[in-house]
Amino acid sequence: MPVLEAQGLTKHFPARRGLFGGGGGTVRAVDGISFAIERGQTLGIVGESGCGKTTTAKLVLGLEVPTGGVMRFDGEDLQRLDAAGRRHYRKSVQAVFQDPYASLNPRMRISAIIAEPLTTNEKLSAAAVRERVLELLELVGLPARAADLFPHEFSGGQRQRIAIARALALSPALIVLDEPVSALDVSIRAQILNLLRDLQARLGLSYLFIAHDLAAVAHMSHEIAVMYLGRIVETGEARSLANAPMHPYTEALFSAALPSHPDERREEIILPGEVPSPLNPPSGCRFHPRCPQAMARCASEPPELRNVEGRIFACHLYDGAATARPSFAAVADGK
Amino acid sequence: MLAAPLLELDNLSTYYVSAQGTRVVRAVDEVSLRLNAGETLGIVGESGSGKSTLALTLMRVLPPAARIVGGRMLLDGEDLVTKSEVEMQHIRGKRIAMVLQDPMVSLNPLFTIGDQVAEPIRVHEGTARATAWKRAGELLKAVRIPSPEARLKQYPHEMSGGMRQRIVGAIGISCEPRLLIADEPTTSLDLTIQAQYLKMLRDLQQQHGLALIFITHNLGIVAKMCDQLAVMYAGRVVESGPVSRIFNAPAHPYTKALLNSIPRMGDPDQRLVAIDGQPPDLSNLPPGCAFAPRCPQAMPRCRDGAPPVFMPEEGRTARCWLADPVAVGADYRVASGAV
Repeated sequence: MPVLEAQGLTKHFPARRGLFGGGGGTVRAVDGISFAIERGQTLGIVGESGCGKTTTAKLVLGLEVPTGGVMRFDGEDLQRLDAAGRRHYRKSVQAVFQDPYASLNPRMRISAIIAEPLTTNEKLSAAAVRERVLELLELVGLPARAADLFPHEFSGGQRQRIAIARALALSPALIVLDEPVSALDVSIRAQILNLLRDLQARLGLSYLFIAHDLAAVAHMSHEIAVMYLGRIVETGEARSLANAPMHPYTEALFSAALPSHPDERREEIILPGEVPSPLNPPSGCRFHPRCPQAMARCASEPPELRNVEGRIFACHLYDGAATARPSFAAVADGK
Repeated sequence: MLAAPLLELDNLSTYYVSAQGTRVVRAVDEVSLRLNAGETLGIVGESGSGKSTLALTLMRVLPPAARIVGGRMLLDGEDLVTKSEVEMQHIRGKRIAMVLQDPMVSLNPLFTIGDQVAEPIRVHEGTARATAWKRAGELLKAVRIPSPEARLKQYPHEMSGGMRQRIVGAIGISCEPRLLIADEPTTSLDLTIQAQYLKMLRDLQQQHGLALIFITHNLGIVAKMCDQLAVMYAGRVVESGPVSRIFNAPAHPYTKALLNSIPRMGDPDQRLVAIDGQPPDLSNLPPGCAFAPRCPQAMPRCRDGAPPVFMPEEGRTARCWLADPVAVGADYRVASGAV
C-alpha cells in the first residue's frame, strides 16, 4: 500500500478582481491529478512555474485544503480523519524548504529549533528531548556542540542539515522536499543529496521531491511526474521517463535540460511561446498551442492519462496500437 | 602565429579594502585569461569565488571599496585599466556590454521598452530618436519578441520574465559590441524559456561574431554553450582551457571534484562525490593553496606555498602542484626539505 495516494486531487483558487473580489474566474492551480508515493521511495515532480507543483506540495502538507479529489494516507481518506488522525498525519508528513536562511529562526538556538516539533507534539522530559536532539544532529552529520549555537554560525549546507534534522524529529513517514538544494553552493549540493539518500535507506523514508534541476530529480527519484498547467502529462519510472519520454512536453523539457558533459550536446527542441496562464488554460490538451506535434483534435479533446504498455501519459499521439511514436508526417497523413 | 586575442587579462587583481585599510579581500587575484573574437568563455565559481567582481572589473563598474590593484586588461590591444572614466563611457555599452541576472532590476520601470532599447544607440551613435526607435524595433525582432512595434510602447511590467530577459539581451547588443558579458543570465528562467534564450544568444553570436563571457555557477551552461572555461576558487583562476579537454581530464582537484559532484542524467546509480567543508572566507584565506583544506590530494607543500600557474598542455593552465610537469615524486622532495 502506498504511503500517500492522491486521486483527482484538485485545487482551484478564486481569482479576485476589483475591490470586493468575485467575477475574476478561477485559477486552476491543480486540476485533477493522481499519484502514489510508495514506502521508502521518492516521487519527483517536475514542471515549470505555474505548473502546480508547489500547490501540490502545499496540499500534501495540509497547508491548503483541496477543492476536489481524495488523498489517502496509509489507506485512510484524509477528509474523514478525526482530530487524532489529523494530528497523526501532520506528524507523519514533514517538509524541508529551499532557503535555509529563511526557514530557521535566527533568534533560536539549534537545540530549540530541532526540539520545537517535539515539545509541541509530544510530552517528553527535558532530558529526553535533549537526547533526541543530539541523536538527530548525529543523524544529519553535525557535531553535538551545534546544539547550543545559533543559525548564523552555520553555512548554507549546515543549515540545510539542521532543517532536515527538524523535519526528522517526529520520525515522519513522508518528507516534502521543495527545492532542497537550489539555494546551496554547487560544491555543497552533493553533500545534501547524498545525506537525503542515506537517510532514506536508513529510515525507510518516502520523499516528495520538487526541483527544477532535472538531473537532480532524476538522480533522486524512483518515479517522476511531469506537470503542465495543473495536470500531470506523464508519469512513470524515473529512468525510462528521462531516457525515453513519451509526451512531447516531457521530451521538450528534458531536451532543454543542461548537459552534464560537452560531448552530450544534443538536438534540442525549442518550444515556441511561454506557459499560458492557469487562469484561462487552453482548451483540449493544455499543451497544444506550444506542441510541435499538435493535431486538430488536440485543441478540442483533452487527452486522458492512460497506461500504454506500462507507460502512463496523456497524449493523443499514441491512439490506436502505437508502440513507437508516429512521426509528424505520418500523423498528418492519417488525419 | 595566432591572431591577437580580443581580450587578454594579464595578472589582473581587484581587492576590496575596508575604510580603515585594515581588511583586504582579494576578490580577484592575479587572473590571466585570453578570449578570441567569436568565442565563448565560461567563468565558473561558487558564491564568493570572485567571478562577479571579475565581471565588474571588466566593465570598470566596481563599487567604491574595490580597487584594481594590478595587472592589465587588453581589449583589442588597448589597456582598459588605464582608461579614464570618460573614455570608459565610450567603451561601455559600445564595445563591451553586460547582461545581468535579474531583468527586473536592469530595466527602469518608468520608461518604455522602446526608450530603453534605443538609449544606448542614441548615446553612442548620436542617432535621432525616430531612427533609434526603428533600430530598437529590429532588435526586438532579432531577440524574437512577438509584435515588436507594439511592445516598444509598453513598460517592463507588461512583459513576462523571459521576455524581459530577452529585452535586456537586446539592449546588450544594441550597439553591436565585440564582447558581451552575461552574469548568471538564466537563473531566473524556466527550462524551456532558458533554452529559447540560450539559442537566441548563440544565434546573435553567429550573426555578429560576438565574443561571449558567461559568469555562472552552473557547469551545465558551460557544457552546453562554451568553448573555453576558467574555474575560479577564492579569487583565483585555478584551471583554464578548452571546455571539452577540461571535462574529459580535469587538471585541478577542485575542477575534478565539481564535475564528480553534479548528477548525470540517466545514471540513477551514480554516487555523487561530495566535496567536504565549504568555500573559504576571502578575507581569511589559509596559507598556501586555498583549496588545500578541502582537497583529497593535498600534500604538505600545498599548505606551505600557493602553487604558481602551470601549463599541463598547450592552451591549458592549472594552479596546482599536481600539474607541475616535473612533479613526479614532488612529495618526497618536500618531505626531505628540498623546497
